[in-house]
Amino acid sequence: MEALLILLLLFMIISAVVALYTEELLSAVIAVGAVGFGSSAVFLLLGAPDLAITQIVVEVAALVLLIRATISIGVKTTSAWRSGWQPKAVAAAAVIFLVFAFLSFRDMPEFSVPVMDRIADAPSIFYLEDGLSSTGSTNHVMGVLLDFRAYDTLGEATIIFTAVFGTLTLLRKRGKKAVNRNEYSGEKTSPKG
Amino acid sequence: MVYILATILLIVGLFGVFTQKNLIKIIISVSIIESAVNVFLILVGYRSGGIAPLMTEQHSQAEVFALHSVDPLPQAMILTSIVISLSILALMVAISLRLYHVYGTYDITEIRKARLNSKS
Repeated sequence: MEALLILLLLFMIISAVVALYTEELLSAVIAVGAVGFGSSAVFLLLGAPDLAITQIVVEVAALVLLIRATISIGVKTTSAWRSGWQPKAVAAAAVIFLVFAFLSFRDMPEFSVPVMDRIADAPSIFYLEDGLSSTGSTNHVMGVLLDFRAYDTLGEATIIFTAVFGTLTLLRKRGKKAVNRNEYSGEKTSPKG
Repeated sequence: MVYILATILLIVGLFGVFTQKNLIKIIISVSIIESAVNVFLILVGYRSGGIAPLMTEQHSQAEVFALHSVDPLPQAMILTSIVISLSILALMVAISLRLYHVYGTYDITEIRKARLNSKS
């Protein structure tokens, strides 16, 4: 079980490195898709089937978006990396980050012991024990998402609407800017084109 | 061990964000970071031999079920996070496409040069 997890995580790391190092953007997009599908397999192994399904759908959509941004407008290869002091500084910072992460992981419960077992009155225990009687949902993930923490889902919907309107505004072909400028300046000229 | 591997995945993505010049590569790196964080939080909530938090007829006793199930709270939050990451990706791609239409390149150093030239 844990060996399989380690294998999948190594696969994800290798795919991520390939996605960063390759010069062809199509290979990079496919490699990041491999990272996403690997995480979907990890979710499936760890008892999260809802997450695995969502991750697959999201990865397909992300693949379409990234292909739209690269191949279909004719950008196929990428330029060089940043040179100079930045990669070295980032590598040093990454090593320091890894050391501190290792030190902090020693204080966490080891893998396969959930954090909710270590904390008295953890909310997860309450959700698991009272979820069926108070929400009527046998799927506790959906019970938490749509009932106990429904305001989080409301915030998520707000973020998605903001992103949708931002995307529509940015990708709009015909702008209203010329018309508005003439109105504000009081000129009577009609916008051309 | 698995926590360290998830952290290494995060560091790979972080390295990409800071060292790449191409906007699409930076978007890809952000996506890698998101995957790493999601996987890490799900790993934290795992119980050895745990079942998915779905009550079936074999596990209809709530107190017994709570001792065998994995943590449902990170799963619900990560479900939110996955969907938000897709919308953020769409927004980033839209901004990059706009920049490409204006400047004709995805290279951020060339975009900066073009902006400086147009200002002066």
